Amino acid sequence: MASSDEELVRRTAELARLSITPAEAAHLAPQFARILEHFKTLSDVDLEGVEPTTGAFGLRDVLRADEPRASLTQDEALANAPERIEDFYSVPKTIGGDA
Amino acid sequence: MSATIERDGDVWVSSRTGTRWHVVCGLEVHAQLRTRTKLFCGCETSFGDPPNSRTCPVCTGQPGSLPVLNEEALALAVRAALAIGADVAPWSKFDRKNYFYCDIPKNYQISQFDRPYCTGGGIDLPSGRRIRLHRIHLEEDAGKAIHDRGTTTLVDLNRAGTPLIESVTEADVTSPEDAFDYLTALKEILIYVGASNADMEKGELRCDVNVSVHPAGEGWRTKVEVKNLNSFRNVAAALEHEILRQIQAYESGDESRYPVQETRLWDADKLVTRSMRSKEAADDYRYFTEPDLPPVTVSPSFLERQRGMLPELPAARRTRYVRELGLSAYDADVLVADRAVADFFEAAARISGRPKEAANWISNEVLRALGDAQTGASTIDDLPVKPHDLAELIELVAKGTIHTAAGRTVIREMLESGTAAAEVVERLGLEQVEDESQLEDWCRAALEGKDAIVADVKDGKEKALGALIGPVMQASGGKANPQKVREILKRLILES
Amino acid sequence: MTVRFGGQVDAVALRNALDAGTGTVKDVVEECLARIAERDGELHAFTRVEAECARARAAELDAKRASGAALGALFGVPVALKANLCWKGGIADCSSKLLANYAPPYDATVVRRLLDADAVIVGTTNMDEFAMGSSTENSAHGPTSNPWDTERTPGGSSGGSAVAVAGGMVPIALGSDTGGSVRQPAALCGVHGLKPTYGRVSRYGLIAFGSSLDAVSPFARTIRDVARVLEVISGACDRDSTCLPLPPFEAPQPADPSRLAGFRVGVPKQCFPAELDAGVRACVESALQQLERIGCELVPIELPHAELAIPTYYVVATAEASSNLARYDGVGFGVRAGSELGLQEMFAATREAGFGEEVKRRILLGTYVLSAGYQDEWYGRAQHARTKILGDYLQAFEEVDLVAGPTSPCTAFRLGEKTADPIAMYQTDLLTVPASLAGLPAISVPCGTSAGLPVGLQLVAPAQEDGRLLRAAQAFELATDHHRALPPMLLGAQA
Ligand SMILES: [Mg+2]
Ligand SMILES: [Zn+2]
Repeated sequence: MASSDEELVRRTAELARLSITPAEAAHLAPQFARILEHFKTLSDVDLEGVEPTTGAFGLRDVLRADEPRASLTQDEALANAPERIEDFYSVPKTIGGDA
Repeated sequence: MSATIERDGDVWVSSRTGTRWHVVCGLEVHAQLRTRTKLFCGCETSFGDPPNSRTCPVCTGQPGSLPVLNEEALALAVRAALAIGADVAPWSKFDRKNYFYCDIPKNYQISQFDRPYCTGGGIDLPSGRRIRLHRIHLEEDAGKAIHDRGTTTLVDLNRAGTPLIESVTEADVTSPEDAFDYLTALKEILIYVGASNADMEKGELRCDVNVSVHPAGEGWRTKVEVKNLNSFRNVAAALEHEILRQIQAYESGDESRYPVQETRLWDADKLVTRSMRSKEAADDYRYFTEPDLPPVTVSPSFLERQRGMLPELPAARRTRYVRELGLSAYDADVLVADRAVADFFEAAARISGRPKEAANWISNEVLRALGDAQTGASTIDDLPVKPHDLAELIELVAKGTIHTAAGRTVIREMLESGTAAAEVVERLGLEQVEDESQLEDWCRAALEGKDAIVADVKDGKEKALGALIGPVMQASGGKANPQKVREILKRLILES
Repeated sequence: MTVRFGGQVDAVALRNALDAGTGTVKDVVEECLARIAERDGELHAFTRVEAECARARAAELDAKRASGAALGALFGVPVALKANLCWKGGIADCSSKLLANYAPPYDATVVRRLLDADAVIVGTTNMDEFAMGSSTENSAHGPTSNPWDTERTPGGSSGGSAVAVAGGMVPIALGSDTGGSVRQPAALCGVHGLKPTYGRVSRYGLIAFGSSLDAVSPFARTIRDVARVLEVISGACDRDSTCLPLPPFEAPQPADPSRLAGFRVGVPKQCFPAELDAGVRACVESALQQLERIGCELVPIELPHAELAIPTYYVVATAEASSNLARYDGVGFGVRAGSELGLQEMFAATREAGFGEEVKRRILLGTYVLSAGYQDEWYGRAQHARTKILGDYLQAFEEVDLVAGPTSPCTAFRLGEKTADPIAMYQTDLLTVPASLAGLPAISVPCGTSAGLPVGLQLVAPAQEDGRLLRAAQAFELATDHHRALPPMLLGAQA
């Protein structure tokens, strides 16, 4: 398999925040290519004029009244956090946003 | 060396090359909707609460949790759209915007991508220019990442899931002044229709700017996004700075300095923008339809119900105050700027039947009491004086029970204690004294030793009387009817 | 007298015995814990047995009965939960290292409803990590074995729940079915597995894999039990926007439950592909004849877009999964790696260390099919293809009341047999994914054995016709003894 497959795997992994090793990329790339090859039948059918199905089969306008419900306590909310400082989640220092 | 750049209207002219630079700018505004609870869960929207005290499985993105749309958020969003004359889509849907950051607990934001709930519309600026809206969509807010405490970043998710509308203008903004005026008008409308409190200090209104410059007659160039703008003044200042920075960069002729597509942050202390990150290929949000939320349709009846809840908008009110109620443009502006004040004015004007007087009392006295430590009121609704109280005062003055000067004493007392006008008048004994013999006594005392004035008046210089009226009013403790005092003084002088 | 249920007593019978005053919930729970202690060392169906919690619950329920209060529909019945269902008393780790020790701060709607019906949750069961797999081998806890042959897999991803029932350790268990994750292990373990209509049961508290496909789904040894569980867990839920606004399911009460007179059963030729195991084919063909004998008319039909099902399913499910699993980043829950790194690097290190290979493969695939430049070609086309697959069924149901065929193209395969070849593993879902993509109710019912291994018959009904589906399954059950067949390891325990 060409290294372009590895490059594709590497780039996709970056988007998905998976820090895969070069060895893993080399292992995954041919699998990835084979899977996509196997899925090629999707490209063959004529889907002209077909509406997409996105789930929620036929439901619409599912709405909730603007009424408060009990929140979790701080301890309940933070109970599963790997790192906590006071009543905050704590993460490695970062500056600025991402979006 | 950098060229000097001069403004010629909306064109920026380089003194060195003579190039005439045009500006292309669009604004993205996020406004927090005025709901009790968050967009997709029952947590109360929060400001200033203890960290992570207003969260639940949904807004912390706990595994297995699911969103349910808040109907009031949709209603308020629709009202905002109607107020700017936009088209509300008959159906819309939610999408996931995927990106990783510590303040978005699911690592995707539920937003709207290819089917926003609203498109089009626009806002007319006082300058006569119109800024068209491209679209408005509904989305959930992120939490708050705090970077300035200790060696780690802290995350508070109280704000996560707060309902926002994001409005995006067309690239119709051509100057920092346009940007400022647009934001002012948008904020006013959002507050007016009750869609948002739009308080920038509380983060209820946030603005990002997209800007590029190009020489007249040429195509658009690379656009730069500027964020971290926490006041309208900062928006205008950042925009001005960024325009100049970009022009200078192009004028340098050094391609390595040319603007690149990136996000820059405004530093309000140093008055500069600095690069945050390059956009290039980094963003791939992989938007796709949110499978956890069915589509939303806005029926004609829902739309009409929301339209029915719209108040008269500021621009229309301003015109009506001037044309129909005879107010000055200045007074109309002052009153309309705050919907609660305008509503107060209209009620007082209607009850008293005297709009001009109502406007005067409000702008000269009532508004002064706001933000005043003595009343402790920050909005007109916090004051103990209600429209019918003010109307009562206006009538007392109109009937001549008290005169205007005494009225000022009365209104101040009313604003402080909440006492009714008539009661203040009685308690302070401010009712005008009409009794002739009492008035005559005060006038005789005032004439004592004022022969020069008496002579002047006898010579027909009636203006001189003014110097005598003051002392009489003073002697009466402000209660004498000034009209009568004038008549009595004149009679006494002519008789003497 | 003690109530024994080691594969012999079903949930409804157990509940009725307790209601009639026979034995105590304490006895039932002790019996259940003893069976687990005896068999689970070999089978490894459970990731955690919450013995103390179950005993406390038993005491509470016995006290409730003593007080004379009305007893719930699953009173005293031990239940096992797949480890992807949120339960305040347990650990929902999805058999992932990344989510080790995750103690949900809330109950799933189905859990709340089980508890409200007086059931006793005894523990959580093994699964393919985040429900991604068809063999229960992709688990941080190691694989689960099939009680029919412990060298073989139970299928997956809900293999632990299937084995908890098939191994006689609990009468009923909940799993989740995204592309066949309950029906396929039910077939491979010789028990009933029902995937209800999408939206019939709330997903609130089911840790998501493919949101538009996921369905909380029960395992049981009898259709009566399947129906009872569905009655308890179904119905509108105001915390799941995709849950249908319907009242709880009510099982039909036909005059003659053993007959299906006039039922037209569609038999799609696409459900009998060349790669279908010969033993499976034989069992299913004889099951179809059985259906004819109880009054059904067999109608050959076509599902022309069936070949699109596997690619469509894997594109849709992995796309949704890549987004659903983005939240496992080491901030709010789970196990963090790379604390010493920068934020984004910590995310990547956490996910790299915490996810197993199959999960990473699917996240990559899902990320790819959604990414700029590729979305239209993959995710977009898959959504359209999904409509075609749904259309096939709509057309078929113009003519027939049910669609029938095999559940799985093969019987239980050996542990390790397909782990090296993802495509071979994906092919095992060939016959279950079409109904998932169409959101239709489908059930796997035992229909015999081939070379000593169970085979499942799959029935599919139109949307919201879960009642029709169970009615047909029950008629088949009453006409056959297949559901009574026990794995050899349980035969000694029958006395
Ligand atoms: Mg936004
Ligand atoms: Zn919440």
